Amino acid sequence: MTNGKQKILLALRVNGEVREFACYPNRTLLEVLREDLGLTGTKHGCELGECGTCTILIDNQPILSCLILALECEGREIVTVEGLSPGPGLHPLQEAFGELGAAQCGYCTPGILCTAKALLDRNRRPSRAEIRAALAGNLCRCTGYIKIFEAVELAAERMERPSE
Amino acid sequence: MMRLPKFVYHAPTSVDEAGRILAGEGTAARVVAGGTDLYPNMKRGHQLPPVLVSLRRIPKITGISGTPETGLRIGACTSLTQLGSHPAVKSGYAALASAVLSISTPILRNMGTIGGNLCLDTRCNYYNQNYEWRRAIHFCMKCDGSICWVAPSSKTCLAINSSDTAPLLAALGGRARLISTRGERELAIKDLYNLDGIDYLNKRPDEILTEILLPPAGGWIASYRKLRRRGSFDFPVLGVAAVLWKEPDGRIRDAKIYLNAVASAPLEAKEAETCLVGRKLDTETIREAARLAAEMAKPVDNADFGIAWRKRMARVFTERALNDLKE
Ligand SMILES: Cc1cc2nc3c(=O)[nH]c(=O)nc-3n(C[C@H](O)[C@H](O)[C@H](O)COP(=O)(O)OP(=O)(O)OC[C@H]3O[C@@H](n4cnc5c(N)ncnc54)[C@H](O)[C@@H]3O)c2cc1C
Ligand code: FES
Ligand code: FES
Repeated sequence: MTNGKQKILLALRVNGEVREFACYPNRTLLEVLREDLGLTGTKHGCELGECGTCTILIDNQPILSCLILALECEGREIVTVEGLSPGPGLHPLQEAFGELGAAQCGYCTPGILCTAKALLDRNRRPSRAEIRAALAGNLCRCTGYIKIFEAVELAAERMERPSE
Repeated sequence: MMRLPKFVYHAPTSVDEAGRILAGEGTAARVVAGGTDLYPNMKRGHQLPPVLVSLRRIPKITGISGTPETGLRIGACTSLTQLGSHPAVKSGYAALASAVLSISTPILRNMGTIGGNLCLDTRCNYYNQNYEWRRAIHFCMKCDGSICWVAPSSKTCLAINSSDTAPLLAALGGRARLISTRGERELAIKDLYNLDGIDYLNKRPDEILTEILLPPAGGWIASYRKLRRRGSFDFPVLGVAAVLWKEPDGRIRDAKIYLNAVASAPLEAKEAETCLVGRKLDTETIREAARLAAEMAKPVDNADFGIAWRKRMARVFTERALNDLKE
């Protein structure tokens, strides 16, 4: 049990690192990532589940960080846009988004990158229809989506043939 | 940031423990599963429970067992993603899988549960707004106020049931198991709802919905049709579930049709059902049943789209659902 008036000590695994901090039980993962852990790559939009910009990965599944409590994420693997790439460089998705202009204002981009990564991890060569379906929970007000779909396709192609 | 109010959080690991906490805390406590309905509501100040009892750490009420031949048991905390992609659901209960996959977005379906979907709060344009917006209109009777802005002379709240699975599970004869420290009971899902936007669930606050029981597949065919503005994100503005039991010669032995998002509970279109029984599903029969179903739908101005059009669509969508069931 937690007492609502007292902070609790939490240890969360974020982008491969264990981060310990104290917070009130009512803090969402979104608030904790941005305000307590300084990971402002994850954006906040509606904060009500209606836009998808706050999407992060939990155990490689896209989850809305605005609708999950930080304390509900203990013991699970959290990945944000900052930890998308396993190495020091960019993830192929990030490269493709940059090259093809799939990010305009960029506000939806961190959420879309996370959703797209989960898709490519379970489906190496998704069809256009599968990409559309997987991204149906991430709103973008700038691009019209076509460039986003093309960037996911380009990244998928490159990830299949990493040496080229 | 829209922040959650403060609360005490319990994470029991068994239904018994959860039941004891709920019994001890009384009506102040509220159950939370995926939180995709409750947390937005708490952020808007609709519900301010000082105590939350989470069901997320109770392994026993997650997952699906059984087969289409024997019927399925669906744990209340099974996520919508799990449910919609389960092989037994896809093969034996395809209409349910499609209703589940029409709920909000793939990301929300990773979080939301079937139990939460059945216990979903009712919705209204004057209610699903933030606190400041609602204060500016002096609130409404569902929360903090006394009037219904949709129908100011109405004595009851007209907020609508917006669950995509409730009408189909009601039509299929699904059952819900409810457990509290006072005992256990099983209820037909059609009886889980009241025609009252405030007191919409026939369930006490200390009762936990633990599982949903589906009858064996086979012997019936089913369809679910949903109307909404966008192909994703949006709640139903209308939902039509149709289930038919047919004789070998194609005549209809029994029919169940439920409409949703036109009242505070899924509505059974009894006259349309009666009109179908004993007949074959031809164009004329479908047209007549759809007209009868639409007559019963009385949408009020509390959701997306105009009410005259929504009523017309009740006929069109019932026709479409029945057309899905033609040989
Ligand atoms: C943007 C958006 C779009 C949405 N679109 C749709 C849609 O198209 N169709 C649709 O049907 N829904 C929609 N939803 C609503 C919601 O996401 C789903 O209905 C979801 O299944 C709710 O489940 P949950 O586990 O998250 O519920 P929670 O938020 O955890 O709970 C909802 C309610 O049920 C109670 N409850 C939950 N589980 C139990 C239980 N086992 N026993 C007793 N009480 C319980 C809670 O106390 C609470 O009152 C949408 C939500 C959002 C934010
Ligand atoms: S901020 Fe919009 S869905 Fe989370
Ligand atoms: S790039 Fe601006 S919202 Fe998507």
